Amino acid sequence: MSPGGVLSTTESRPPRKPEARKPPSPRPPGPFRPEFWRSPLRGPWLTSFLGTLLVPTITVIAITGFISHWAYHPELAGNATINPSFDIPVFFQFPQSWPSWDYAVTQGTHVTLGLMTLPLVLAKLWSVIPKLFRWPTVRNLAGAIERVSLLLLVGSVLVEFFTGILAVENYYPLGIDFYSIHYYGAWVFGTMFVLHACVKFPVVRRAYRDRGVLKPLRAGLRETRPEPPGPSGLAPVNPAAPTISRRGLLAMVGGASLTVFAVQAGQSIGGPFRQFALLAPRGRVFGTGTNDFQVNHTAASAQITEAMTGPGWRVTVVGTTTKALSREQLLAMAQATETLTISCTEGWSTTQHWTGVRLIDLAGAVGAPSGAILRAVSLETNGPGTNVALAHDQWSDERALLALRVNGADLSLDHGFPARVIVPGVPGVHNTKWVRELRFEPA
Amino acid sequence: MRKASLLGHFRRRYGASPLHLAGHIVVFAIAAFAIDRIAAGAGLAKVIALYVGFVIAHDLIFLPAYSGIDRVGRATLARLPARRSAKVPAINHIRVPMLISGLLLIIYLPLISGKADAGYFAASGHHLQGYLRNWLLISAVLFVGSGLIYGLRLRRAAVKARI
Repeated sequence: MSPGGVLSTTESRPPRKPEARKPPSPRPPGPFRPEFWRSPLRGPWLTSFLGTLLVPTITVIAITGFISHWAYHPELAGNATINPSFDIPVFFQFPQSWPSWDYAVTQGTHVTLGLMTLPLVLAKLWSVIPKLFRWPTVRNLAGAIERVSLLLLVGSVLVEFFTGILAVENYYPLGIDFYSIHYYGAWVFGTMFVLHACVKFPVVRRAYRDRGVLKPLRAGLRETRPEPPGPSGLAPVNPAAPTISRRGLLAMVGGASLTVFAVQAGQSIGGPFRQFALLAPRGRVFGTGTNDFQVNHTAASAQITEAMTGPGWRVTVVGTTTKALSREQLLAMAQATETLTISCTEGWSTTQHWTGVRLIDLAGAVGAPSGAILRAVSLETNGPGTNVALAHDQWSDERALLALRVNGADLSLDHGFPARVIVPGVPGVHNTKWVRELRFEPA
Repeated sequence: MRKASLLGHFRRRYGASPLHLAGHIVVFAIAAFAIDRIAAGAGLAKVIALYVGFVIAHDLIFLPAYSGIDRVGRATLARLPARRSAKVPAINHIRVPMLISGLLLIIYLPLISGKADAGYFAASGHHLQGYLRNWLLISAVLFVGSGLIYGLRLRRAAVKARI
């Protein structure tokens, strides 16, 4: 037996003993009849080609998704968005030697490529819709199991894409914890996707052997012929005349993806490109002022008031000794300016010039225990980013600051006045705003 | 050979190789664990409703709807009096802008419709503004651009016919 064939069901090959089967129950009308499906483009080759295109895109989206999950350093107490006792170990974290926009690249890719892949997913589902109405619905146990796995595959791909889409637009109508459904939903979709690829591998190989991998793309509309009907049930038995070629269909899908890129990617690339992201949630330029760049959750929504951040404000820095520092005292310390990218899990990024005290200087001032992690606590009492643990290599990166000013002016209240943490290459929400305590804890 | 006949028996009864069954058992176990983790917070009924709901919404509502629109569009174009346009089919000049415009609407609906305004305002400090306008603008550019290309193709066909 061929190595690729071991997982395939007998449905993809001609039945050996049709006379041995029970007489099938009468076939319902409409979509359950093969002649109902008339598109001349459907067939094993088209489905195989669309599926092949999904393999690298889904792989990149999955890898960048896991990278984002691990970028939160869930192994440090208080950071995990998913209960670590029900999670797999961390496989990769950004080295601090990488540029500060590393997370911006992976997360921008995750979100942008995810949105761009939706048309491909929809086209793939369109190409296989006749299979949903196959008759008899279930031929044997293997067929029944495969039906359940396909329900999970289709359900999970849609849940995964749409929970992602809703989250990047700050819209949560489902009333389900986003991290949980998107992260574990990825487990469901990922494993189903891998299994599906294995099961269908021989079908894909046969389609490419029969029709060529790229040969059907050479046919224009006039040369477009239906694939011959076969046991897969994808190719039409009663094809209509084609109104678009296969390459035309793929160009349409690709054109849709490129349009999504055009209206979306600017919010991740930033700079002059932001204003061209016409539909991206953070594709707006609100002004040219020093503090006009994009905000990740406002002071008002965090219930931070001017009174809490007034002259009475102190940051308590705890190491082997403890110091309570006012903003004036912080400004009197050695100031450093770094150009750092802040990038949100929602996929948008912005690069600004931050000025403040280096976290290593603060560590030195209070005597941080060796190998300590840094816990940053906000005046904000609820929500993500209010109590964050930064790994030793993250806070001891010499670019990491307790920022007091941005672009030469004081931080605005929305950007974290009186002081905020800014660390290269972390999910944006780990740059704690309105800091009230910095605690160097033994690891 | 006894082993081969056992395998053949399994294949006939089950419908695929034992590896097919083993692979599905492993994957179902992982999926069951993951769904249980989502259900730990959301409740199992809600999770199942969400997964099944998305499949029904796509397979039995969304796909038939856009296929139906496409069929009506094709039938309408076919009923139009055949003129020069017969030489250059118009269908894809409507399909492409409609598909892209529709896809953008699906992806950005919470912003375009303003439904996301509360969450968006809390996150960004600004109210949703201009998304409907931008979507209409992009759609108009797509349709007009597609129409212009159609016009050019018609002219080229007419020039060719005269030669």
